[in-house]
Amino acid sequence: MKRFIPIALALILVVGLLASCGAPASQPAPPAQPSPSGDAPAPEGDAPAPEGDMPELVIGLFQPATGANGAGGRQESLGTIFANYRHPYVDIGGVTHRVRVEQVDNQSSTAHGPAAAADLVARGIHFVLGSYGSAVSMASSDVFRDAGLIAMGVSCTNPGVTRGNDHYFRVCFLDPFQGQVLASLAANTLNADTAFILSLLGDDYSQGLSNFFREAFEANGGTVIQENFPEGTSDFTAFMNNARAQGAEVIFAPTSVEAAALIISAADIVGVGIPLLAGDTWDSPQVVDAARGRNVEVMVTTFYQEGGAPEWDADFKAWLNANPTQLANNGGTDIIAGFTAMGYDAYMLALDIFHRAGTLDDREAILQATWDTSFIGPVAGLIEFNEYGDARRNTAFVKMVDYRGVWEFYAEQSL
Amino acid sequence: MSLYEFVLANLMSGISIGGQYALIAIGYSMVYSILRLINFAHGDVFMLGGLFMVFLAATFPLWVAIPALIILIVALGFTIERVAYKPLRTAPRMSVMISAIGVSYLIQNLALYFTGGLNRMYPNIPWLSDPITVLGVTTRRVTVVTPFLVIALVFALVWLINNTKIGIGMRAAAKDFDTSQLMGIKINSVISMTFVIGSFLAAIGSILFFTSFPGVFPAAGAMPGLKAFVAAVFGGIGSIPGAVIGGLLIGVSETLIRGLDVILGPANLGIISRPLELATFSDAFTFILLIVVLVFKPTGLFGDKPTDKV
Repeated sequence: MKRFIPIALALILVVGLLASCGAPASQPAPPAQPSPSGDAPAPEGDAPAPEGDMPELVIGLFQPATGANGAGGRQESLGTIFANYRHPYVDIGGVTHRVRVEQVDNQSSTAHGPAAAADLVARGIHFVLGSYGSAVSMASSDVFRDAGLIAMGVSCTNPGVTRGNDHYFRVCFLDPFQGQVLASLAANTLNADTAFILSLLGDDYSQGLSNFFREAFEANGGTVIQENFPEGTSDFTAFMNNARAQGAEVIFAPTSVEAAALIISAADIVGVGIPLLAGDTWDSPQVVDAARGRNVEVMVTTFYQEGGAPEWDADFKAWLNANPTQLANNGGTDIIAGFTAMGYDAYMLALDIFHRAGTLDDREAILQATWDTSFIGPVAGLIEFNEYGDARRNTAFVKMVDYRGVWEFYAEQSL
Repeated sequence: MSLYEFVLANLMSGISIGGQYALIAIGYSMVYSILRLINFAHGDVFMLGGLFMVFLAATFPLWVAIPALIILIVALGFTIERVAYKPLRTAPRMSVMISAIGVSYLIQNLALYFTGGLNRMYPNIPWLSDPITVLGVTTRRVTVVTPFLVIALVFALVWLINNTKIGIGMRAAAKDFDTSQLMGIKINSVISMTFVIGSFLAAIGSILFFTSFPGVFPAAGAMPGLKAFVAAVFGGIGSIPGAVIGGLLIGVSETLIRGLDVILGPANLGIISRPLELATFSDAFTFILLIVVLVFKPTGLFGDKPTDKV
């Protein structure tokens, strides 16, 4: 009888686990169902046929909802889901199609990514959007190629995503560009001669962006001190002391959001008194929370600055605030991240591509339509592709957050 | 920033993080000395301490949240032992070890599931989080408080082990598990008490650690847990003073190694002209130190005196 209690407890644990698997509390919200009435705009093209027999365009949303990039992936997904809510129909070859978004969680992991991608392919998708995180996009690229699909990267900035293939495109800028923009910001706008780079050991994004920054900054005649930290580091005070003691005038930390909160807190407590720069990953409400009330100045490059399309901002916020799950997926605030805007534009671009191609299945026609793209993204502007399939972007927005805890527009940087 | 200030700043944060490792290390050490079990889940219990606090502090005032956190974590440690280790008491030692690894991954994955793997900001604890300036170095108050709190807790623990009935039971069980049972010691309550004390210290450690480094994510317990385990082995597993000394040594050595480039560099001592990029290897040095100590002193620094065991 005495053995009964532990067994019962063990059972409770297992049942609890299964129950929690059944009702995913923290998964992203399912795509909002298009409502024929209400505030959804009128469908493009002809009046829609009854829902049942209308043909469908299925867009696969390949994004992380968990893991190191879970926060960013959810924000990016929100943009696409909102776009689907506002524009649920598309005219393809004269026939109105309903657009359905299928989501899968690639867990930010290169190990899980390909399986998640295969799962998405099996659901009969016609086009892929994503993923946040270049590594998982590259790892899953072949799955989409083998399925004859075209994929559109939304915010994956590593050059490798689109190189050496003809099926992966992207709508965002690239790390070499981002590194140059940040280096130019540090050298020309902030007048820094010495930069301290803090990057994560063995991380493609962190090391890649560090190198692009270093090259550009040194070409400007500056000095770079670089230190790497191993995965799992919590104590960044020693690094901040190093930056200060070596006379750095700016700190560049291209890291994940996880490290961001710790780095900001360490910078505050050591009192570095110099600006912290980072790339697109830090464009997150978590960075705002970390900076609020602290003696720091954080600047990040991003794809879109809130206020660039005020009407869209207001509509998106109203939609976000109407649903607590959506709000939670945005980190509990209605601050608009650059990825969200890109997620929206990428969806609209996909609709435009299929509208021009006039087919759901002819891969060549869709591919040609993608190459021929000249589309003005409703939020973040013109998208045209270069020979690699990368959107030609020559402007990045720099925004800043300090103790006041709100993003402020700092500069628009072009090269 | 002068060399003196730089070294002092690094020393202070090293002692503080070392004290936090020590609090976790004691939990490993006590459990090992009685059950010969490396409780791999201990680091994750510590991480849950951080996560629970994020949620508790969002709902309750701190004077409710902190005691509630301690009670929750102690209850968790107790439950883990009853559910995952006690039924395996007569099983081969390896089975318990595997069970401990299972609990560790279960906790990490549940935390991953419920937080979505997102980083949570640890709440500010008013007095502890405030900045203060000591001898010209600005830091958080927690950095200064930690070593004193650790010493006070260790003295209380040593007193408990030397002077109370349960303490005598612990020492007896650590010396000889089977004989102590024959002598009428209620071995299950002794073991439960060990887990309760270990979890209590992990809860305190989590408050101090996450106040210093306010980001909680599912793997946040892995590295501190591993280093605390190293500290316990380093000091001689089973020895409480050993765990404390081990924790402090590891904490100080890792922060000093991170700052070594600056200390030896041209701006200060001028011994090296180019940075050696030692900061990258700070964790590697920690583990090299462990290997060296174990090669020369296989029982750890304080491990050869069985009377010191819990």
